[in-house]
Amino acid sequence: MARLSPLEWPVLRQLRSGDSLGRGPAVTSPTTRAVRPRNATADRVVQSICPYCAVGCGQLVYVKDEKVIDIEGDPNSPISRGRLCPKGSASEQLVNAPGRQKQVLYRAPKAKDWQHLDLDTAIDMIADRFIESRRNGWQELDDQGRKLRRTMGIASLGGATLDNEENYLIKKLFTAAGAIQIENQARI
Amino acid sequence: MANADCIVLQGGNMAEAHPVGFQWVSEAKARGARVIHVDPRFTRTGAIADRHIAIRAGSDVVLLGALINHVLSNDLWFKEYVLAYTNAATLVSEDFRDTEELGGLFSGFDPATGQYDLQSWAYAEAGGDGGVGSPSGQAGEHGSSKSDRAAGDEHGSGGPSLEHAEVLRDETLQDPRTVFQVLKRHYARYTPQMVQELCGISEDDFTYLADSITQNSGRDRTTVFGYATGWTQHTLGAQFIRSAAILQLLLGNVGRPGSGIMALRGHASIQGSTDIPTLFNLLPGYLPMPKVGVHDSFEDYLEGIASKRQKGYWTHADAYTISLLKAWWGEHATADNDWCFDYLPRLSGPHGTYQTTVGMLADEVEGYFVLGQNPAVGSANGRQQRLAMSHLKWLVVRDLSLIESATWWKEGPEIDSGELRTEDIDTEVFFMPAATHVEKAGSFTQTQRLLQWRHKALAPPGEAQSELDFFFKLGQRIRAKLADSTDERDRPLLELTWDYPVDGHGDPDPEAVLAEINGRFVSGPDAGKPLSFYGQMATDGSTAGGCWIYTGVYADGVNQAARRVPGGGPSPSQHEWGWAWPADRRILYNRASADPDGKPWSERKKYIWWDEDQGKWVGDDVPDFPEDRAPGARPDPNIGGPEALAGDDPFIMQADGKGWLYAPKGLVDGPLPTHYEPWESPVANSLYPQQQSPTRVVFAREDNLGAPSAGTRGDEVYPYVFTTYRLTEHHTAGGMSRWLPYLSELQPEMFCEISPALAAERGLENNGWATIISPRAAIEAKVLVTDRVKTLTINGRAVHQVGLPYHWGVGTHAVVSGDAANDLVGVALDPNTQIQESKAGSCDIVAGRRPRGQALLDLVADYQRRAGATVDTDNVPRVTDPEAETVTPRPDGEVSGEDGFSRW
Amino acid sequence: MGQLSGPTDPTADAHWHTHEERKGFFTDTSICIGCKACEVACKEWNHNPRDGDLDLTGMSYDNTVSLGASTWRHVAFVEQDRARIEEARESGRVLVSLGMPQVRSERDVTTSVTDLSGGDLSGVDTTPPDTPEFRWLMASDVCKHCTHAGCLDVCPTGALFRTEFGTVVVQDDVCNGCGTCVAGCPFGVVERRSDGTAAPTTREGQKKGEQPPIPNKGVAQKCTLCYDRLVDGQTPACAKTCPTTSIKFGDHEDLVTEAKARVAQLHAQGMTEARLYGANELDGVGGTGSVFLLLDEPEVYGLPPDPRVCTADLMTMYKRAAMAAAGMVAAAAVAFLGRGGRGA
Repeated sequence: MARLSPLEWPVLRQLRSGDSLGRGPAVTSPTTRAVRPRNATADRVVQSICPYCAVGCGQLVYVKDEKVIDIEGDPNSPISRGRLCPKGSASEQLVNAPGRQKQVLYRAPKAKDWQHLDLDTAIDMIADRFIESRRNGWQELDDQGRKLRRTMGIASLGGATLDNEENYLIKKLFTAAGAIQIENQARI
Repeated sequence: MANADCIVLQGGNMAEAHPVGFQWVSEAKARGARVIHVDPRFTRTGAIADRHIAIRAGSDVVLLGALINHVLSNDLWFKEYVLAYTNAATLVSEDFRDTEELGGLFSGFDPATGQYDLQSWAYAEAGGDGGVGSPSGQAGEHGSSKSDRAAGDEHGSGGPSLEHAEVLRDETLQDPRTVFQVLKRHYARYTPQMVQELCGISEDDFTYLADSITQNSGRDRTTVFGYATGWTQHTLGAQFIRSAAILQLLLGNVGRPGSGIMALRGHASIQGSTDIPTLFNLLPGYLPMPKVGVHDSFEDYLEGIASKRQKGYWTHADAYTISLLKAWWGEHATADNDWCFDYLPRLSGPHGTYQTTVGMLADEVEGYFVLGQNPAVGSANGRQQRLAMSHLKWLVVRDLSLIESATWWKEGPEIDSGELRTEDIDTEVFFMPAATHVEKAGSFTQTQRLLQWRHKALAPPGEAQSELDFFFKLGQRIRAKLADSTDERDRPLLELTWDYPVDGHGDPDPEAVLAEINGRFVSGPDAGKPLSFYGQMATDGSTAGGCWIYTGVYADGVNQAARRVPGGGPSPSQHEWGWAWPADRRILYNRASADPDGKPWSERKKYIWWDEDQGKWVGDDVPDFPEDRAPGARPDPNIGGPEALAGDDPFIMQADGKGWLYAPKGLVDGPLPTHYEPWESPVANSLYPQQQSPTRVVFAREDNLGAPSAGTRGDEVYPYVFTTYRLTEHHTAGGMSRWLPYLSELQPEMFCEISPALAAERGLENNGWATIISPRAAIEAKVLVTDRVKTLTINGRAVHQVGLPYHWGVGTHAVVSGDAANDLVGVALDPNTQIQESKAGSCDIVAGRRPRGQALLDLVADYQRRAGATVDTDNVPRVTDPEAETVTPRPDGEVSGEDGFSRW
Repeated sequence: MGQLSGPTDPTADAHWHTHEERKGFFTDTSICIGCKACEVACKEWNHNPRDGDLDLTGMSYDNTVSLGASTWRHVAFVEQDRARIEEARESGRVLVSLGMPQVRSERDVTTSVTDLSGGDLSGVDTTPPDTPEFRWLMASDVCKHCTHAGCLDVCPTGALFRTEFGTVVVQDDVCNGCGTCVAGCPFGVVERRSDGTAAPTTREGQKKGEQPPIPNKGVAQKCTLCYDRLVDGQTPACAKTCPTTSIKFGDHEDLVTEAKARVAQLHAQGMTEARLYGANELDGVGGTGSVFLLLDEPEVYGLPPDPRVCTADLMTMYKRAAMAAAGMVAAAAVAFLGRGGRGA
């Protein structure tokens, strides 16, 4: 390899550089000399917000080859000024977590284990169950004959970790379906 | 917070729960601000505070009430502010009776229903004797309108409705019926001695706290309070916050820089999920969900939100509601069909998560969506939660990993105890992988109402998808399956606007959803254009908008939440970063930052002021007030709406424009915060004969037994107070932290924190095992013996507290797992908010690991039997009977031998 | 030849021609909230595997225990009662000059790694504030990046080197895992990453999360002061993330000045327990690149009170050895000559 020029022999570098004890530039390896920070190699940097608590710290997401390679605080945020707590600092691991489940799983009644379903089938099955339970739990009138127009057959829990837009669609769909039992962490 | 001169962190552990937010506290402290932490434990917040004051969990109203008393009796209140901006001078109805007169109850309590009739709490009426009649003949009392029974949550952005804004005032405050005098009498017995007795706080610490607050309030200085779930998770949680609000109003610490009461919320969009609620009782923008018998017609509904004769911006609720209905049902919503008002389902009572749980156990609820939440670990009485899920026909869990709520059917604690057998469970479970925050675009609303947009960094992996994508496609599928339906009840679904633009993968565009939330002109010259502020919303169907308080976030067709000017720009209010609701205001009620004449209270605390030359309010923020309303303006209050606001009515969302020291309505458990003991408590209420909040919401069930409260038989069986909390290193029920090796290694195991005195009493060793038993469950935890938890002397007797972080759960998929603290917690709720009391319960603690299998159930049952706990315990009667047979407290640790049960 | 002890500029000493300002940390433990963001940010940036067996230690909130091959930031938690606080305050007061260094023996004062450096306190009201009943100290520890780095001086392969920023870095691709540096560090910072300790462990009934393949097995590991970030002008991960600026990064000289000012400020508030660690260039390692403000004796935080680089006396030893060798040669010569003489 080209780097093995005789002039690059450590002892020569030691003499040439004056670093006679071999503690400085004389001993740097080619890897060391070429070092660059991982985030500087990113294809793009995307502005985001930390997903944990409600302070709303700014994050910068570094993406390379369609993979998140680093997430750091956004120094421009007037809320957080580039800083993150341990959870925020761990967000890259959250995204790339080894224990993250990326496939749909289904457990049939009485089954002892999961099986895989494809996404489309799962959504279709859920839609069927949604419609059926909605009908089963329908209440048109109360005992005094006043309109209720609702279903008690379906409930939902969650939202505080979701986006406003997502909560909006959930509330909209459930309300249109007459499902009223919607709750989230704000009340827990 | 960075502008405060004194910061009181009580009911929240900010350094641990919000480390990055805490930088502003650190900064204030470096500038010389005093920081005081009031908490049962010496936490990481305490480590940095000037002083930590240990308090018994659940006794905060005693302390705050004593501070109010201190301020009133020593004449330390901010006179100009209180007189001009609060209802101190307003007269209360003659029918009102205080807790001082009725042994801890207010007037109007009905023991049969456990609820108050709010009529007698009303303001006094002009021209009457404070009684019920009004000139028009209708029940015109302020306390009697249709939203009486509304939960406090429904008034999230504004006060509750009053019929009108005409009130009687005595500016001298001498009339015994003024709010000021009522307040004085109510808190007269909340003394430093009472604080010592019930909270375990020394008089020296009380004086330090009182002096710190009062010396840092007034024209030149401000004090801020920060709280979190340490205040909300009680049977009187809303009243904890109310008591701080009263104190802050008396000291002039609302609406000014470095003032207020900051809710330090725990989830990225917990504020957003209240504004655009995934909550049963609300529609977007804090419009109430209609209730049967109350809101049967659209007219009733609108009248119930806000009378046209009251002051402020809530009077336009009709425009907000109609715009919402137009956004949802588009062309189908017309004036003729009341804008599809009847498409909205009706409530008939509380339908919170715990009522839903009971519905599951009764097999009424068939299907359940769990979205980024982990109720098997994070909800109170975890065993009840898991058993309830086993009654479902189908369960959809959407999360990043296989959380305990997705795996309880094969590895939950009830499988181990033998209560459930996997092969017997009929529930179908769908696990749907979710996208992380970087794999989808959207907005979070953080704790100070700031919306911040996240851009999408990359596509979700595998089959993972966002909630937006999932629910959009689920909605499409449901609509397609019902397309041919002629059933009338399917029309709301079929006529729903559900046509969002999609990308190449069929995923909906989140900005289009944000635009719908913001609203647009439907017809007229600007048809199709986005609305810029909620004042543009109309009642004639010419505007549509999904959440009125968010109107402006998409003004000019620009995503204002995505603004990212470094540092927020040069203005002190940092306006150019994200977008704050309402109308991009950073401090609410900021009219109060100027004196009644419109001048800054002081140069140091200058923020918004009246500019005589320009004839408008100017300053460092968007004025939270009609921009051109002069300080001296005194419009006829009867014209109603924002036009009726006087130039010194800073509280523009309150029906009378004033800050409420006394709440004539809006809260269902009392117009003034009153100390009651937690639902279960080993301490007797020394302030009143009434032990617990009479309006507490209880679930009297075998699977939710309470521990006998102080003074009743069996109270020695669960002698200690436990309190739950979170740690910096973990996130709520662990779904986003226990799967991460880097966080798991920092706090790898469930533990409890106890004082050396309790360790000695129960033979517990540091880093050894302990079993903690409540009437609901028994869990095991490692032991940390520490001076950070103090044994307090309450009513002359030692009270030990057990600290329990609640992040762990039982399963095999997380990097770390352990028993869940929430299994111990009983379900008893605040009637205003339906929030459970997680912060104070009764338990016992013994050395060693818990038994396994059936032996675990036997242990719990044995304790219940020894305590004599039944479904009536702590639930019946609601009103404590002073004649009831009581027992004298035994010394700690002594076991009642007469029943023949030995301690396990 | 570079120096092996005493005050010096380590970068120049290592003959860097591209000379940057010496970089370092100033960790002000008086404002640390123990959140451990530094630990996590460090691990994320360096992709260090998680450590240990996921057992609670029972040592307050410290489940990290110490610096090691995969843990380059460690937050210590120390709970103290009133008696200990008073002792700390007193020991600090003793360190404070009541004129100039005189309380301890001269060597202690001039070469101690702790120093008050707050300057003259005469005329300042040092009445202590109310001594609290209890306090909870938190401190984030890290590699010291010594002026005279034992690890570097003993490394036989040139794997360790002094960077142009004056910091000390292990080159993973050069290190052969001999472990000499581990013994050479007076602070116990350097450790070889073994295969065993870093691997995920399993316990009864529990499956531990898998980890990505563990890099650099068998190789000496420690904080690089984010050398890869420094070459790009970025702040090290731990300092960048620190919520309360307890960890400050910058030019070493500025940081030492800032640290001294902070101690003076705390002393003026009566907190005589405040002291600096590593800011004294006359100490046994020539001062450290990572400077700390502590609120008690170093031992309380698990730091050595008087670290000395193992090569500090190398020159003296060389001289003595040379003299001894010369003496032996001379003796041998004498003996030889003597015998020769006898034989002559």
